[in-house]
Amino acid sequence: MTTKITSAPPAAGLRKEPRRRPAASPSVSTVGRPGFAWALPAAVFFTLFAIVPLVMVAVLSFMSWNGLGSPQWVGTDNWSRLWDDPVMLKSVWLTLLLTALGVVIQTPLSILLGVWAAGYQRNRAVLSVIYFIPLLLSATAVSVLWRALLDPNFGIPAEASWLFGDGNLFGEQATAIGVLAFVSTWQFTPFHTLIYQGAARSIPQVLYQAAEIDGAGRYRQFFHITLPQLRNSMITSMILMIVGGLTTFETVLILTQGGPGTDTTISAYYMYDKAFKGFDFGAGSAIALALVVAATIISLVVVKVSGYDKMRSSMEGVS
Amino acid sequence: MRRRPNYLAGAGSLVWLVLVGLPLYVMLAATLRTRQDYAQNGPVSLPDTFTLDNFTGAFDSGFGQYFFNTLVVTACVIGIVLLLVPPLAYAIVRSRGRTTSAIFRLFLLGLAIPAQAVIVPMFYLISAAGLYDNLVGVILPTAAFCLPMSALILSGAMRDISPELYEAMAMDGATPRRMFFQLVLPLSRGGLSTIVVFSALQAWNGFLFPLVLTQSDATKVVTLGLYDFQTEHGIDIPGLLGAVVLSMVPILLVYLFARRALVQGLMGVGGK
Repeated sequence: MTTKITSAPPAAGLRKEPRRRPAASPSVSTVGRPGFAWALPAAVFFTLFAIVPLVMVAVLSFMSWNGLGSPQWVGTDNWSRLWDDPVMLKSVWLTLLLTALGVVIQTPLSILLGVWAAGYQRNRAVLSVIYFIPLLLSATAVSVLWRALLDPNFGIPAEASWLFGDGNLFGEQATAIGVLAFVSTWQFTPFHTLIYQGAARSIPQVLYQAAEIDGAGRYRQFFHITLPQLRNSMITSMILMIVGGLTTFETVLILTQGGPGTDTTISAYYMYDKAFKGFDFGAGSAIALALVVAATIISLVVVKVSGYDKMRSSMEGVS
Repeated sequence: MRRRPNYLAGAGSLVWLVLVGLPLYVMLAATLRTRQDYAQNGPVSLPDTFTLDNFTGAFDSGFGQYFFNTLVVTACVIGIVLLLVPPLAYAIVRSRGRTTSAIFRLFLLGLAIPAQAVIVPMFYLISAAGLYDNLVGVILPTAAFCLPMSALILSGAMRDISPELYEAMAMDGATPRRMFFQLVLPLSRGGLSTIVVFSALQAWNGFLFPLVLTQSDATKVVTLGLYDFQTEHGIDIPGLLGAVVLSMVPILLVYLFARRALVQGLMGVGGK
């Protein structure tokens, strides 16, 4: 709790204070307040390069455009084509499957690692440094690294045929999905571990001392104190996993290119494929819009279920 | 901690250590050995040979230029963020107007926009503006997508400044501008360094915007270079991994010298 961000809860209190004060001392509070002009440059810039494109993606999803010339209005044509497209339907299922796999694998793993890393074992500091190295690699670098490591001829599978069979993990749907789930886990578990580490550190020690006096063992303490106390962090972390899973792109592009066939073509990759390989920018926009709607619904769930302030407090104790 | 060691968690952490450590070992070992050594002895073996050819090879295939391009993009993105976000965060924290709170809600909404969702219109806009295959065309959207999280981080930091300090300055008749430069900026250095690291990471690791908005070698960034290297010379694994190692050196340096700011910046990355 030494840095600015981590002490969000008291800050939230301070934020309200000046708002109540005007009644008491109007002379002080009305002086020296910045006008909205201070926020305007950023707002204009953001509108131009994020909000306008977002509105345009909705418009383009009702248009036909091949990348040259001007887009033509085609009504709901893109949508009805996608609706009847078996690859689209398959990509939705694959996206949901990979997202679910990510949540199911990464949540228990990162809770265990986070709680462990929150302890004060002597080896912890050294090991943590290695643990968090995947965080330093870009999504591109992680995918390129694993593509090389899992190369059927020159990678690890060629060495360990007892474990990997013929070694071509990219040749079948089941193993290709396994690779994608594994690489996402490898890449993102350290981040979620950080969330849980911070949250576990901020659990008051008094609770454990009380439990010990009551004779609760380690596992009862874990299930009855640690897990319930981590609830808000679990919500935050899972929602980040879901949004991240829905928009997974680089991993698929670099590791499997949606293959074999279209067996790992998830929605975000299909959008890229439609738009930038098939030059069907209208259909690409429609898929993109569907992704935004899904991501927005989930973000609204974030705000409703966990709340912005709770989200900040899950970052407490990060060091 | 006086409690007994937790053997189950300890064992789990060891498994994770192998899962993370082994690939990193293979990566480092592969980059420091020759291609023949790697092909004959396999990725997990101890290297027989020592060479720096894999790094020089990366530079020979154009990575020097890619590094320079990435550096330009990163510097410009940081510049834009530092120019736009501090006044924005200051207004969010201190202004009481309705317009400002509407703008703040706009940025909260912006947190939910994935970059993937806007690449098609972005391609259209950037092409129409004549900025296709131009680093400026990569810099502008990358910076825009750094703004929401940076605004959140920095306004969080600025809220920690005590209201008494503002009041004291207001008593002296200070203008908003003077408070901003003499009070707010000096007291939010921690938040500022976090948003610098956050935006630098976004720009350095950015892949999607360069992928769809550039095509020539002259504008290629490192991540795109890695992707192309993999599709073109996928068999030269030591060379490829050498390029991967080079791409993470700058982040590793930040990790060593500014670990706290980096970790907080990373938390922002995942929050996106």
